Amino acid sequence: MSSEPALVVANLVKRFGKITAVNDISFTVERGSVTALLGGNGAGKTTTMAMLLGALKPTSGAIHALGIDMAHHRYDAIPRMNFSSPYVALPARLTVRENLTVFAHLYGLDRIKERIERIAESFEMKDLLKTAVGKLSAGQKTRAGLAKALLNEPELLLLDEPTASLDPDTADWIRTYFETYTRQTGATILLASHHMGEVERLCNSALMMRHGTIADRGSPSELIARYGRQNLEEVFLDIARDTGTRSAVQ
Amino acid sequence: MTGSTQRIWGMVLRNLYLLRSSWPRLFELAYWPTFSLLIWGFLSQFLMTNSSYIAQAAGVLISAVLLWDVLFRSNLGLAITFLEEMWSRNLGQLFISPLRPLELVAALMVISFLRTLISVVPAALLAMPLFGVWVFDLGFALAAFFFNLMVMGWAVGLFVTGLLLRMGLGAEGIVWTGIFLIAPITGIYYPISVLPEWLQPLAWSFPSTYVFEGMRAVMFDHVFRWDLMMGAVLLNIVYLIAGAVSFLIFYRIARVRGLLLQQGD
Repeated sequence: MSSEPALVVANLVKRFGKITAVNDISFTVERGSVTALLGGNGAGKTTTMAMLLGALKPTSGAIHALGIDMAHHRYDAIPRMNFSSPYVALPARLTVRENLTVFAHLYGLDRIKERIERIAESFEMKDLLKTAVGKLSAGQKTRAGLAKALLNEPELLLLDEPTASLDPDTADWIRTYFETYTRQTGATILLASHHMGEVERLCNSALMMRHGTIADRGSPSELIARYGRQNLEEVFLDIARDTGTRSAVQ
Repeated sequence: MTGSTQRIWGMVLRNLYLLRSSWPRLFELAYWPTFSLLIWGFLSQFLMTNSSYIAQAAGVLISAVLLWDVLFRSNLGLAITFLEEMWSRNLGQLFISPLRPLELVAALMVISFLRTLISVVPAALLAMPLFGVWVFDLGFALAAFFFNLMVMGWAVGLFVTGLLLRMGLGAEGIVWTGIFLIAPITGIYYPISVLPEWLQPLAWSFPSTYVFEGMRAVMFDHVFRWDLMMGAVLLNIVYLIAGAVSFLIFYRIARVRGLLLQQGD
């Protein structure tokens, strides 16, 4: 595995007219780490994610994903990345197998049938392969979306609220899956989540965004200690409401 | 299969799966061309005995309606395929995948071609038993007319698709009605010479006008007008480049404004 960071973001800015959605942020995500991108609604997480994925052109700044300059060579990096969000759907009329087959082609994969069988088995959805996505439950749809996101065995995986609107049992299953997956593959994950328990469990580090900037960063335990709080949720509230007082660590 | 070909095939496959899963969609494709054929076919039969113009070339109206459907369906097939991705909220998935904009354009053209065949071929086959018109008798000319109208439909469809990217589903109406703007002046059912003189230069700026005039030359005068065909081909090259460039410009604007992941009303 390469030793260079999975993601290097330098002075990234995104403006929509007079509104600055992301204001000069810089950060690095090390290979094999799980990093959380946190912040309240409108903090700039989704805008940042969209720029990292190449779906939104930055106003200025640079993104290097897997060592590749996303401004000029993003199609070299994208086949080695993937993304999942409950807010971006898979075509509802197509079956799970059909959807996975289409995306396998889009990602230029070989041995497609074998891959789909394997991923379906790991997501415990072999019996759902012939079911139309529109007929799946919310939890099953999330699993289908994640199966699509892992189909190309991405080195860099971006997840937007992967357990939103799921029952605790399904959400726990998915978190356990990612714990195992990162341990086995060494993949890098950037995770946007509003579930602080999830972040504490999965992430090595967190970037706390507010008003388009990175207000603070560190491992969950460092942040908790820095703000003198009991858990990350309290830290999140301090930062989001701008009421937090950093302890002597800073 | 590797690279671009595999990605284009992936998109074609996605649409074949969609059509296979939805009989109403397949039925709808063939329904309107057949419906038009019946109306114009019966009208032709009536006019054959009451109009010396129609009597000179049996099947001219039927051929015109079928060729118009090629243009209409080619344009619609491309834009509807893109709309399907918007309706299913799948555009975001596509634009963050390795599929490149020009590969999407190529895939939309292939799918449009398949949808046009599904639309028009049943009606063309029905014209023989119902009205004794076998449009395939036009031979090479038919292939040339078909190809030119397909390309013009793609070009207009690409522009409309770009508008959809820029304006979202609010622009959906243009998909259904846009191409009809040229219908009165492109000489589908009557020669361009009947138009007011000041309107004729505008009519000659559409590739379809050359095709319909060429069709009448074949049917009435039994000559294939190469000059008209070249006019259509040259204009189509310009149209197709303009359509693809406009799509890419709208794509670029959508990428700057953050519209790729939030398509909707």
